[in-house]
Amino acid sequence: MSEGLNHWTFVIAAYALGVAGTAALVAQSWIAMRRAEVRRERSRER
Amino acid sequence: MHGFANPARFLRLARMLTMPLLAIGIAMIALSLAWGLFGAPPEKLQGDSVRILFVHVPAAWLGMGGWSAIAVASLVELVWRHPLAGIGARAIALPGAFFALLCLVTGSLWGRPAWGTWWVWDGRLTSMLVLFFLYCAYMALADAASRDGQANSRIPSIFGLVGAVNIPIIHYSVLWWNSLHQPPSITMGKSEMAPEFLWGLLAATVGFSLLFGAVVLMRMRTILADQQAEARLRRRAMEGDDV
Repeated sequence: MSEGLNHWTFVIAAYALGVAGTAALVAQSWIAMRRAEVRRERSRER
Repeated sequence: MHGFANPARFLRLARMLTMPLLAIGIAMIALSLAWGLFGAPPEKLQGDSVRILFVHVPAAWLGMGGWSAIAVASLVELVWRHPLAGIGARAIALPGAFFALLCLVTGSLWGRPAWGTWWVWDGRLTSMLVLFFLYCAYMALADAASRDGQANSRIPSIFGLVGAVNIPIIHYSVLWWNSLHQPPSITMGKSEMAPEFLWGLLAATVGFSLLFGAVVLMRMRTILADQQAEARLRRRAMEGDDV
């Protein structure tokens, strides 16, 4: 174990990246799905 | 298995499962990460840096599990020509790449306080980096195939199968070669991990896996909706040409 380093800085960075990255992945997938499904519905109506 | 070859039947199931998987996954992740931050005790050798385990291990599991699923789907696509297998494999690629990258970054953040270095070119870290590059290459291949109008191309499937060679290399790398990375703490049926870490880690792994499943279903629904809209527009354009 490296002495003198504040471990909490690394822990918070890892958790923040994990949570923010996962949230971005879910949001991007959800928005892409909704857009594609709306596009499909519009193609049905035309 | 072929019962779900019908996209309409699959879409009904996917619509039913997406939100419950996402909601349960998010709840389990929130609880396990809260436990990792505030409940779990510091480890006697690694101190508080051990808390990174609750993000790093699920990310590693999903990075490797994602490619294993791509390999199985590729095999099903090549052998049985199952129409949803290729779509499933393409839907797994981006979340798999994300979790492989998250594993590398959180591992690096853990390595600095635990080993005194951000990175070493040993078997485990290097083979995990190779896995991330394999995901990038798979996405580029699948994207190129669908852009060229060859969505049913076999090349991404063959690549998905060949790339699976890297999975046992990642798993056994810490046993085959000298590494700063510790050997597996959890093996079939036994664990060397203290219960206060083990149960939180299992909850985090199940939570992230459920969320991964929900994301894959969303991406499969996206690909199917795009294909259906394009087919409809193409049919209409051809009918217009006939008139």
